Amino acid sequence: MVLDERRTRRAVPVELLPHLRHARDRIDREYHADLDLAALAATAGISKFYFVRCFEAAYGETPMRYLTRRRLERAQDLLRLANLTITEVCMTVGFSSLGSFSAKFTRLVGESPSAYRDRWAAHGGPRVPGCFLFMRGALDLRGTASPGRAAGPGCAIPEKPGGELGQ
Amino acid sequence: MNWGNSLGRMITNVSLVTVWSLDQERSRDFYVDKLGFVVNTDAVMGDGFRWITVNHPDHPELEITLRPPGPPLDQEAAAFVRRELGKGHLGALGLQVDDCHKTFQELSAKGVEFVQEPADRPYGTEAIIRDDSGNWLVLVEKKEFRPLDAG
Repeated sequence: MVLDERRTRRAVPVELLPHLRHARDRIDREYHADLDLAALAATAGISKFYFVRCFEAAYGETPMRYLTRRRLERAQDLLRLANLTITEVCMTVGFSSLGSFSAKFTRLVGESPSAYRDRWAAHGGPRVPGCFLFMRGALDLRGTASPGRAAGPGCAIPEKPGGELGQ
Repeated sequence: MNWGNSLGRMITNVSLVTVWSLDQERSRDFYVDKLGFVVNTDAVMGDGFRWITVNHPDHPELEITLRPPGPPLDQEAAAFVRRELGKGHLGALGLQVDDCHKTFQELSAKGVEFVQEPADRPYGTEAIIRDDSGNWLVLVEKKEFRPLDAG
């Protein structure tokens, strides 16, 4: 996904970026909890509206979409490594609905949670430090997670068609 | 061609790595006071150029230079690095620890920000922290890797 920050760069003062980072780091730490916009904006120390606008301008997606993607990334990690059922993975990463989890996972990752788990079970875990996968964060099959599977169309479908920027 | 031998004669080890810093003195204090490193060199060269390196107390052979985004980067490039630091996108070092959970407790008590609390992996336990400039650093406690565990 190409993020055109240039269009919006002036909107986010560099001094504000660490505050946005604190909120984003909180998502990374507490993704499994019930995080809402009010709490995240409070972490950044700015109003909800301004927080969403600046977060999206800086990171190319809204805070709640980033939260969803973090949960799905954590789900991928568990599906690769942990001996848990799909439902357990769903609940562990913070989703309350299995249907919603499976739909969002499939839309973003390009295959269902069970297919993803089974494919990795056949290969074993990746020989890549998990922290680097964590910070990479993305869920596209072209990058972080593709043993024996070529990149193909539909691997990195934005959750919202067309993405939130560049419209 | 025996690359092992020729390489061994040419390059013996890594001696210097660069970590971006938004404020060299603040970064020096972070690496010394929070992480337990020691100052190796702190020299002012004039024209605003200050060279600060730190190292792990047991490993003076590997210096870490705390480098502000400035010349030879042009202003646009330096601003880009500052913004990426601010956003938290830049990663710096991997740091080996004896006991990741214990280090997590100690560094948390010192006010170090964690991005990821210690997490068990097939090859060890890892956590991710932020330095004062926003770089992410990895703390890793290695154990013998047994691929079967990953299944």
